[in-house]
Amino acid sequence: MERTLSYSEALREALEQEMAADPTVVLFGLGVDDPKAILGTTKGLLERFGQERVFDTPLAEDGMTGAAIGMALAGLRPVHVHIRMDFLLLAMNQIINMAAKMHYMFGGDLYAPLVIRSMIGKSWGQGPQHSQSIYPLFMNVPGLKIVAPTTPYDAKGCMVQAIRDNNPVLYIEHRHLYYQKGYVPDHLYTVPFGKARVLNPGDDITLVGVSQMAVECLRAARHLEEIGIKAEVIDPVSLYPLDIETISASAVRTGHLIIVDNSWMTCGAGSEILAVLAERGLLKKIDVRRMGFAHTACPTTPTLEAHFYPDAGKIAVSAHDMLSPGKRWSPAGELHREEVEFKGPF
Amino acid sequence: MEKESRLIEIFYRSLYRIRRVEEEIVAVYPTDKIKSPVHLSIGQEFVSVGVCEALRPSDAVFGTYRGHALYLAKGGDLRKMIAELYGKQTGCAKGKGGSMHLADAAHGVMGTSAIVGTTIPVSVGYAYALKLKRADSVAVCFFGDGAVDEGNFHESLNFAALKNTPVLFVCENNFYAIHSHHLTRHHSDNLCERARAYGMPAVRIEGGDVFKVYDVARDHIERMRRGESGPVFLEVITCRWKEHVGPGEDFHLGYREEQEVACWIKGDQVPRVRGMLDEQICRIIENEVEQEISKAFRFAEESRFPEAAELYKDLYKE
Ligand SMILES: Cc1ncc(C[n+]2csc(CCOP(=O)(O)OP(=O)(O)O)c2C)c(N)n1
Ligand SMILES: [Mg+2]
Repeated sequence: MERTLSYSEALREALEQEMAADPTVVLFGLGVDDPKAILGTTKGLLERFGQERVFDTPLAEDGMTGAAIGMALAGLRPVHVHIRMDFLLLAMNQIINMAAKMHYMFGGDLYAPLVIRSMIGKSWGQGPQHSQSIYPLFMNVPGLKIVAPTTPYDAKGCMVQAIRDNNPVLYIEHRHLYYQKGYVPDHLYTVPFGKARVLNPGDDITLVGVSQMAVECLRAARHLEEIGIKAEVIDPVSLYPLDIETISASAVRTGHLIIVDNSWMTCGAGSEILAVLAERGLLKKIDVRRMGFAHTACPTTPTLEAHFYPDAGKIAVSAHDMLSPGKRWSPAGELHREEVEFKGPF
Repeated sequence: MEKESRLIEIFYRSLYRIRRVEEEIVAVYPTDKIKSPVHLSIGQEFVSVGVCEALRPSDAVFGTYRGHALYLAKGGDLRKMIAELYGKQTGCAKGKGGSMHLADAAHGVMGTSAIVGTTIPVSVGYAYALKLKRADSVAVCFFGDGAVDEGNFHESLNFAALKNTPVLFVCENNFYAIHSHHLTRHHSDNLCERARAYGMPAVRIEGGDVFKVYDVARDHIERMRRGESGPVFLEVITCRWKEHVGPGEDFHLGYREEQEVACWIKGDQVPRVRGMLDEQICRIIENEVEQEISKAFRFAEESRFPEAAELYKDLYKE
């Protein structure tokens, strides 16, 4: 039987196995040694590897990022954890002015292998300052690699790859993915960056979803299947480098493409993908749409939040509308929600 | 210091009111009507009450996600606060902010932030503006012992001292940032020394006495109003009784001893101040407060959720 792990177990296993294999890997950030262990992803690591390699830090995001760069220059492979992506905003200076420039600015003489983990928050009142998903800001910066794995398999493989990569890698998680279960091999393996994953094959329309939106796209595909529409669902997995070929080939074949950003759409992954397709002259043959967060701050109250995020129902309706314009349809009955629903207090 | 009974009544009302509001939040929380994280101030109310009783409505306060006590002590509207926690249109932020983002500009509550340390420089800028306007108002910034770790804290204290701005920094040292002890994040227990090094007086208040907090805060604030003092740093030692976030207790996590909290419960200011008043007067105050609280919760329950059209409103000022 295939071995099944949750996303958070897969992440934990990647860290544990790679730390055991490579003594230069160190892990730190607010709460890594905490009883809640970053939702379980760092559980037992302090006990196994000791407090020189696994440690809590003061609240000093920019300073600790700089320190991580210093450790990397000296031969360590640091993994710096943030429990919210919003906190990366305090570390922008070191990430962009230093880490992203380290290799190029010194003509290849220096390099900083460094992993920055951060988690996107959603719902239960996370609100404007605890739900941001700012990967588009980073996609704009040369010198960074950015991955946002969705499946437990990719969570493990991308983490190992991120640690072994010789560059600063932003590793983006999503709180709602933590309970997703899936096949995860028990040995160490890597998932290469720059290769998208087809989560569901289909011929009628291509749905591309970033991070947790890939799960919403899968659910949308199930709704669409009930009315005979076969949607191909693609998870880019890595946002930089971005596998435009897989997306483009699928979209050309289906003739219809919806890109669902897990962020605001302006200058997002959707904009980037469509710009490349336009430059290649492909948009004459493909019908395209973008979806993403409403262009406003994320409201705390659930009634407004429901209008803020795309979800499976909205994606399915949009896909149906592209294929059968003017005909009204909405998915009936229960929405598919196989995940354990996330509930507060946080 | 002898306090006149009128003042003691005011303190008791404020302490009792905040405690009871948060106890009601604890009671309601399991119903999931409050779909917002709550960082309760239970046990720490005396800090906000002591400082805010020395303030005027025209003074400004800035706070953190643990902001219920501050909002209420400064005069923030209770009904709007509860409605905000319920995510209703009638909330102080129309449901867009929730428990972590309370503001009531009319009463000088200039916002609470969920990003640690972010309001510290904002309070300094506000105080700088007060100085430019030759106002006799002050700004007060409340934050935890975790905020002291952030670069912002240091940059802000330096600038405040440099420009001699009328700002009172109130560090509520409850010894923990989530579950990390202050001494696992700081080399030594010297927060006041740090503030002094930037060029301002610093006072550490231990023992949890609400009147002590009031006396010290008032003296410094009055000097600031007269233009005789620039920034001042207060470190108030305190204790969070509940878990970092949520309505429950957290002793099962094992990061702190139940004993640490037990001695603070023994010195609780709510019964202490009550004991300084006539039973008769206490009953009247408690009755009034209970009625106000049940009205506020009813108001929140009966208010409507914001409509979809509210989603894009208030992103920009007209
Ligand atoms: C910049 C930033 N980093 C990390 C966090 C996560 N976080 C939320 S509360 C908290 C602890 C803050 O402790 P303290 O300042 O002592 O305040 P307390 O919760 O004790 O009132 C942390 C680390 C955050 N909100 N903002
Ligand atoms: Mg604290």
